[in-house]
Amino acid sequence: MTIEAINKKLNAIIYFNKGVSATQSGTPIAIKDNICVKDEPTTCASKILKGFKPPYDATVIKKLKEAGFALLGKSNMDEFAFGSSCETSCYGPTRNPWDPERIPGGSSGGSASSVAAGIVPMALGSDTGGSIRQPASLCGIVGMKPTYGRVSRYGLIAFASSLDQIGPLTRSVSDSAMLLNVISGYDEMDSTSLDLPVPDFTQSLVNDVRKMKIGIPKEYFPEGGIDKEVKKAITKSKDILIALGAEPVEISLPHTEYAVSCYYIIAPAEASSNLARFDGDQYGLRKDAKNMVDMHMGTRTAGFGSEVKRRILLGTYSLSSGYYEAYYLKAMKVRTKIKDDFLNAFKLCDVILTPTTPTPAFKIGEKIDDPLKMYLSDIFTIPANLAGIPGISIPCGFTQAGLPIGLQFLAKPFDEEALIRVAYTFEQNTDFHKRKPKI
Amino acid sequence: MPNKKTIDEKTVKHVAGLSRINLSGKEVKLYQRQLTGILGYINKLNELDTKDTLPTSHPLGNLKNVFRKDSVRKSLSAEDVLKNAPAKKDGFFKVPKIIE
Repeated sequence: MTIEAINKKLNAIIYFNKGVSATQSGTPIAIKDNICVKDEPTTCASKILKGFKPPYDATVIKKLKEAGFALLGKSNMDEFAFGSSCETSCYGPTRNPWDPERIPGGSSGGSASSVAAGIVPMALGSDTGGSIRQPASLCGIVGMKPTYGRVSRYGLIAFASSLDQIGPLTRSVSDSAMLLNVISGYDEMDSTSLDLPVPDFTQSLVNDVRKMKIGIPKEYFPEGGIDKEVKKAITKSKDILIALGAEPVEISLPHTEYAVSCYYIIAPAEASSNLARFDGDQYGLRKDAKNMVDMHMGTRTAGFGSEVKRRILLGTYSLSSGYYEAYYLKAMKVRTKIKDDFLNAFKLCDVILTPTTPTPAFKIGEKIDDPLKMYLSDIFTIPANLAGIPGISIPCGFTQAGLPIGLQFLAKPFDEEALIRVAYTFEQNTDFHKRKPKI
Repeated sequence: MPNKKTIDEKTVKHVAGLSRINLSGKEVKLYQRQLTGILGYINKLNELDTKDTLPTSHPLGNLKNVFRKDSVRKSLSAEDVLKNAPAKKDGFFKVPKIIE
């Protein structure tokens, strides 16, 4: 089957780059549609950016081009990366290659689906509350969220600026390390990127976890709050690592249960402010009107989908006069507590092991009318974004129905090397990453 | 945090106006119900005492003011910047009247 035929079934790639031909050399890569590629459509899967072609490359794109990658096209996503299912795209939902009736996860669902289906060997996504790790988990591939500040966000269309981070979606841990080598590093165009040396991450592809301390947080295994098959696979994964010489350590992250609440104040607040720029003045959609306010109103009303409007309303409310201290400031303080939980835990362990998601992929349409239920599907991935720490999801099993299950590791800031080492060791001693979906 | 667990339709309309979004009557009702549910969940944060906690804005808060050197360098041309403009005139973005 050609990649176009596979893509027709999955709707994973929404735009194929005209400049890439079958004879071009270089590893093909798909780019999430919220990362600017010069003179190629970049729309955040939103009607409000239809037709927009950035006049410049994001820093990560510049690095990929210099390294000789072939940019195959743009991958589907939840509109403006607001979602966990890839259903809110203005181009329609992306499907999971393991079961086309199910969601691939989100918001980088097109990136995950296209890698899992073999349309591309790797893709870039962005992760604000789990948007790389959650779809990687549900599609049975490797997804890495680097430390906040490790990869430049210049040219990534902002969702929540204090949480967003670009990262790789790949079929193996080796590819993840290799791609991270290419995209990492300080960039003076991103004032939040950190000027630290970047190690060669492929040096951490070491099949050895002896003496490595693996923290098991009891809050990530809530009674009744996690699918039975997922729990079984995660427990088995822990045992595999122990058999390989890792040392389990029981830890506690006591503020875990507040992470989703904290996130759904901070992320929409930052988003409502970031999305103020889409008003029809300078680019994208414009609905003409006699005066400027009516033009802005008409453009935003027609251009944004319903989940985007919901988050803008929520964010504007929590930032509005009289509510700022009660909501936004309160959430920033709770964020400190969540971050401190992790820093305390890493005094006792090298990495933390958790499920990536509480359930395997759910059905298309299952949660779309219940936003709160949808938001809770990111319960295990959100805390890492609030704390700024790196995380990786790798395949660790399948349900009886054949749906992939993901295992998440978290590490202290700028210790992606520990993630790569433990993930690589697990991968080298298991076969889950070798299974491919039948399309 | 206000203990008020509901957000009324008037507030939804007010916030939509601030956000420069028009909502239909049906949408006002839908968002009123959904935002009430979400805020009810979020109110969980009230359980925590944060009197002595400092807020986190940058998660790895070890950055001080970030400045670059004040030197001239190449930037995008006006032509490139205006390429995506819905309307332009004489090298500027053209927008509808701001003041009546």
